[in-house]
Amino acid sequence: MAVNYREVKGSSGSHIVSERRLSDTRKRYVSERAEMIPPSGIRKFFDLLLTMNDVISLGVGEPDFNTPWNVSVAGIDSVERGATAYTSNKGLEELRDLISSYLISRYGTSYDPQNEIIITGGVSEGLDLAVRTVVDPGDEVLVADPCYVSYSPCVTLAGGIPITLPCPAEDEFRITPDTLMEKITRKTKLLMMNFPNNPTGGVMKQGDLEAIADILVDHDLLLLSDEIYSELTYEGRHVSPASIDSLWERTITLNGFSKAYSMTGWRVGYFCAPPEITAAALKIHQYVMLCAPTMSQYAAVEALKHAEEAKDRMVAEFRMRRNLFVAGLNRIGLPCHLPKGAFYAFPSIESTGLSDEDFAERLLVEHQVAVAPGSAFGPSGIGHIRCAYAVSREDLDEAVKRIGEFIDSL
Amino acid sequence: MDAKDREILRVLESDSRIGHEDLGTMLNLSKAEIIKRISAMEKTGVIRKYTAVIDWKKAGDDGVTAVVEVKVSPESEFGYDRIADRVARFPEVKSLRLVTGSYDLQLIVCGRTMQEVSEFVSGQIASLESIRETVTHIVMKTYKEYGCELQRSEGVERLPYSF
Repeated sequence: MAVNYREVKGSSGSHIVSERRLSDTRKRYVSERAEMIPPSGIRKFFDLLLTMNDVISLGVGEPDFNTPWNVSVAGIDSVERGATAYTSNKGLEELRDLISSYLISRYGTSYDPQNEIIITGGVSEGLDLAVRTVVDPGDEVLVADPCYVSYSPCVTLAGGIPITLPCPAEDEFRITPDTLMEKITRKTKLLMMNFPNNPTGGVMKQGDLEAIADILVDHDLLLLSDEIYSELTYEGRHVSPASIDSLWERTITLNGFSKAYSMTGWRVGYFCAPPEITAAALKIHQYVMLCAPTMSQYAAVEALKHAEEAKDRMVAEFRMRRNLFVAGLNRIGLPCHLPKGAFYAFPSIESTGLSDEDFAERLLVEHQVAVAPGSAFGPSGIGHIRCAYAVSREDLDEAVKRIGEFIDSL
Repeated sequence: MDAKDREILRVLESDSRIGHEDLGTMLNLSKAEIIKRISAMEKTGVIRKYTAVIDWKKAGDDGVTAVVEVKVSPESEFGYDRIADRVARFPEVKSLRLVTGSYDLQLIVCGRTMQEVSEFVSGQIASLESIRETVTHIVMKTYKEYGCELQRSEGVERLPYSF
């Protein structure tokens, strides 16, 4: 449904304060490290949106389904019966047990619920936790690019040096052994990657992972594998790197409930790693987060126990929308790889002669479709736009029509 | 009937207006294949009708809907089928089911006024020979119909941009 954001409350532009006062205060109080983090690449689009009506937003990074109702009820029940206190730092034992069983049966990755799993406040916390647990100042961290926007900032905040590892369209947005070899130095400590990938929808298959496994072992690198989109895999099955024997001991696996069960706002995910790494991470987690929200943990228990059918229905719907949307993009002349996972299409817009930023801005202003410019996700995203097909089929049809009209007008 | 047929049915059940071409793209089938499968399912009666879910209250209609519970003495030869068939033929009866529990047939009956519904139930249904008892419940408000929540706008409140 197209939305009039002009009338949407709570998304005001109240951040606009006196620029001069801000810069003075900044100099005096804000840390150099915080200053190193670039501002959101999308603020401008938020502000533009507030002036507009009848917008279809493909700029979202979350499903458009409600949390399965039985899962929500489990959260509500936990509040009603007064289960609103802290849980253990690691998280509810029942939830860790369920996650352990789920991971072994679904992906063949074995994690002991007692000392190899921590329940986190979503994968976002997991990322920060993982990086701070293993990165020392001066360490280089390879960031598979393009990627979720927090990767490089997390590395910077930990004192590490983020190094871009390009995964361009011509490599089907995968990591290849050659590019990996090129970027490894004596200082390289960790490789961060996310497959199925946000923003490209790319995946790493068994063979792709095996091809980089030996390199990681030879150079004694750690791997941080963000698998938040693992359930949203449309061709074949998701392969979890930690299921490869040589990788398990050097892999931190992050996953969560947000995308598979439409639970983004509940903020609940998990961190899995060998016991020594998990113990170190738990020290940070206990001081920074203490524990993941209790009611969300109870909801997550229900999700793993009784929401498989709901999950399968959502995945089937995403697959159908993907087919429809990608066919539409190719029809109107925006070449697009068939994304094998997640819920994003990442077409190239280079044929239009516009930069991805200009394309996104003009598409929004002139044709009321919001997409995210690919460059917001890193240098390999330049020349692309990220379109989330986590909207209704009717909206996808209308969005394709409008994008087509925009391209014709150029 | 195979898995693809079932996928087609699930999509049609959620949106019967979807075009054959789009449906084919969504399910990786050609348009011709979609048409073939759908017409086969129409012929065999798997697909019975294409319809719309309508909120008649919103349309300004002040008609009356009733849920009618009916106790029936089954006939020795036909069981419930013959009486059910007779009841089903009335256009006022929108749905009719044989159910377990304290009564046998459950009817959804629509009429313009309460008077019309009650006259229909007492005059046409209760008077049938093998019907022992009827209980009529007038619908006060419909919250959900064919999977659609009528009192609530469905969907999720989301930020227009998120990563």
